[in-house]
Amino acid sequence: MSARNLAIALAFLALVTLPFWMPGIYYINVGSQILFYAIFALGLNVLVGYAGLVSLGHAGLFGVAAYATGYMLQLGYGHTEAILVALVIGVASMALYAVLSLRSTGIGFIMITLALGEILWGLAYRWISLTGGDNGINVPTRPAPFGYSLTVPTTFYYVTLIIFVASVVLSAVFVNSPFGASLMGTRDQPRRMNALGYHVWMIRFYACLFSGLLTALSGILFVYYTQFISPQTLSLTSSAEVLLMVISGGPGTLLGPIVGAGLVVVVKNVVSGFIERWNFLLGAIFVAIVILMPEGLVPGTARLWRLAFRKRAKPVKTETPS
Amino acid sequence: MSALTVTGLCKSFGGLHVTTNVNLNVEPGERRLIIGPNGAGKTTLFNLITGELSPDSGSIQLFGQDITKTPSRRRPHLGMARTYQIITLFPRDTIIHNVSLALLGLSPARWNPAINIKRQGHLIEHGLAALERVGLAHIAERPLAQTSYGERRRVEIAMALAQNPRLLLLDEPFAGLSIDERRDVQQLLLAIPRDVTMVMIEHNMDVALEFAERITLLHFGEVIVEGNRAEVVDNPRTREVYLGH
Repeated sequence: MSARNLAIALAFLALVTLPFWMPGIYYINVGSQILFYAIFALGLNVLVGYAGLVSLGHAGLFGVAAYATGYMLQLGYGHTEAILVALVIGVASMALYAVLSLRSTGIGFIMITLALGEILWGLAYRWISLTGGDNGINVPTRPAPFGYSLTVPTTFYYVTLIIFVASVVLSAVFVNSPFGASLMGTRDQPRRMNALGYHVWMIRFYACLFSGLLTALSGILFVYYTQFISPQTLSLTSSAEVLLMVISGGPGTLLGPIVGAGLVVVVKNVVSGFIERWNFLLGAIFVAIVILMPEGLVPGTARLWRLAFRKRAKPVKTETPS
Repeated sequence: MSALTVTGLCKSFGGLHVTTNVNLNVEPGERRLIIGPNGAGKTTLFNLITGELSPDSGSIQLFGQDITKTPSRRRPHLGMARTYQIITLFPRDTIIHNVSLALLGLSPARWNPAINIKRQGHLIEHGLAALERVGLAHIAERPLAQTSYGERRRVEIAMALAQNPRLLLLDEPFAGLSIDERRDVQQLLLAIPRDVTMVMIEHNMDVALEFAERITLLHFGEVIVEGNRAEVVDNPRTREVYLGH
């Protein structure tokens, strides 16, 4: 078993058994947070890592799904209806984002998604009849699938874990598929892809929808976790935070965004209990990552590992072509 | 029916006329060479034919079908493939993956998000066959980043051939190659069967002249001379604008 697979197996084992060795409810809840933020980061990574499209408005989509859930529940619908409607609205909002922002790439794409995220934040803040404005929306209950109430932190954790694992598997299948290869092709050589017969815009659009689905899923988990949604969740800071998760962990890798989500959530929730200026610490960590492992924690660690154990890729023999 | 018919094609960038009333008729199976000094509009003509640029006026027909308004991404599906003067490949991937992308571009499977690309036997099989034609099958799994410039040129050609085109547009396929590499590429181009029509832009006269049956000379976006090898080389206008003596 390679070191990578061993690390993944150990991490998975640790996640499955986490409620048994974690000291206390608080840390189990931190575990749940890491998992749904990891789904969020995986969703953003589809665009940042695999499509080469950096979005700074994803917190808006995350928030739309969360608000949709809260609003549906407020209207008196059940959890199933609320979740389904939130998923549809989340993906539909992403589709709208995509139609508007895929007119450009690079800086243009960043700026349009940033603007769209700000518009959603503004709506959440000002459309008081719908969103409750600053007061937000309370979600008094959590669902109880098959009789297991998610009010119990351990149950919530395991449900989140299942959705997380499903999201990782879905992402892995996506990345290794012909469509995934097409998407990465449009990231590296859009002009060439077009000349090879690919519909570059449509490929990017579908990738956006997949990203939107994961983002909406995480937004719904978030609103059930906090049982409250307010405009702050949609702020630019939140969009930047999830982008940092992706970039610090390693964009364009499956594990990177998960590790990045773990890092940010742990520093925010756990380390902040010991160090008052945790923002400073988080900043320092990012600076260190950028200097030491600009490709992100996961690819960077893999590189250092190979360096340490001298297991470099075998040099390819130079053969004379026949 | 001609393989490629270009009629009255015009394109300007602002006040600069890069293509002026170009007419071109390439017969099926023909090997056509397009020459001209730097800035003559050769690559622009290619970009118009492949649809990466849209013409201001004029029309383009591919095997009798008007494709003037066809989006460039549709044209490979109609049997048109091209190579680039500036090598445009996927540097993070292996050689075989590059060719697989060319194959996938024409296959509906490119939309499939649920199967594993590495388990698509026919993709790899056809990819290796295309690499065999350019003599790179033995290094198919090599990352593109570890290949030489000459090998990349051949990957470019393999990707075009993999799409099994009826019309192959080659934009300076010998650019930057050593004499040995040039001979290799020349041989593989000569081995391409006659059911592929080829149009080539080339500066390198000795290899290019051997390749071509008919030659079109462009100058300031206009067709100055067209004819067989002897006619074009002997034409005083050719000497004036191109050969320079």
